[in-house]
Amino acid sequence: MLPYPLLTISLTLMWLLLNGFTLGHLILGALVAVFASWAMASLRPDKPKLRKWHLLPKLFFIVLFDIIRSNIAVAWLILRGRSKNGRPGFLTIPLEIEDRTALAVLAVVLTSTPGSAWLEYDSYDRTILMHVLDVADEAAWIDTIKNRYEKLLMEIFA
Amino acid sequence: MSAVIIYTAVAIAQLMLVVAMALASIRMFRGPRAQDRIIGLDTLYINAMLLLVTFGIGTGRVIYFEAALVIGMLGFVATVALAKFLMRGEVIE
Amino acid sequence: MIQPAADIPLIAAIAVAFFLVVGSALALIGAIGFVRLPTFYERLHAPTLGTSWGIGGVMVASMIYFSVASSRLVIHEILIGIFVTLTTPITFMLLARAALHRDRAAGSHNVPAKRASEAEERPSA
Repeated sequence: MLPYPLLTISLTLMWLLLNGFTLGHLILGALVAVFASWAMASLRPDKPKLRKWHLLPKLFFIVLFDIIRSNIAVAWLILRGRSKNGRPGFLTIPLEIEDRTALAVLAVVLTSTPGSAWLEYDSYDRTILMHVLDVADEAAWIDTIKNRYEKLLMEIFA
Repeated sequence: MSAVIIYTAVAIAQLMLVVAMALASIRMFRGPRAQDRIIGLDTLYINAMLLLVTFGIGTGRVIYFEAALVIGMLGFVATVALAKFLMRGEVIE
Repeated sequence: MIQPAADIPLIAAIAVAFFLVVGSALALIGAIGFVRLPTFYERLHAPTLGTSWGIGGVMVASMIYFSVASSRLVIHEILIGIFVTLTTPITFMLLARAALHRDRAAGSHNVPAKRASEAEERPSA
């Protein structure tokens, strides 16, 4: 009946946000969302497996907090110049997650955080190439990514 | 009092966003390479979008929101097409 | 009905002004960094200031203003916020990969070389 419940709910919510909440728009938006999710099902994308979706808000708030922190750090770096041992650099980081959706989420998180950008993923030896603006402590970056994001993502998309 | 605060903030924000747009276009003209120009264009349209939202706050009209949404969507598609072109030398393969 | 700006409470006006100025200041700092930083890969980081909390600040200001001024919940700005935070990483990743590809093709020594496993073209690329 409904192949992608999360997609259907978000499309209905988007319709209501754009048009204002009335009963008519609720019905119309729900109809559009149901048809759109059937259209999506006929494209047959990989179905993401969300095991522990109740951890998603936790990930969201961790990312929100980290983005605020690195916004301040990068703004400081641009205005004041970089610290003595800080320099930009490329990092190669081995990853354990293989799920495509989890990788996509990690890529979006890392790139939308100022100061770190995802360049490419090598599916053969499962490493990512990143560029970071201030690589004062290489081990700290690897530790952040592996313990802060990757563990949580592995739990969510296990 | 509230009107003074809001209109001052809107004026300051608009000034900063216009300067940001000017800086983005400087990078767009100076290059040095194609990828720098494309990111300049990306920054330019995002700042233009923010400028439209501040116009919306200044005039109290909701219509600017829709214009901002359209700019955001079209700008995304344009940047993706340009990046694809850089990668492959053609957009549709 | 939207009231003129003079009628909204002082505390809401201060909140709107704060988020507006912080958001556009971040966008401006991002643009300054974008002009000042020396290499392409460093410049890639600067505009994300504007696209993360730059957008966030201005959108929060707009949400507060329209919600207070029309005395109902107006949160459609969140759509722009979600849309931009989801799409900017995609464009930046594509551009970064295109830049890597071009730098490697030009034989630049400032970028990490392609590893052996990547030598042949993958179909998903």
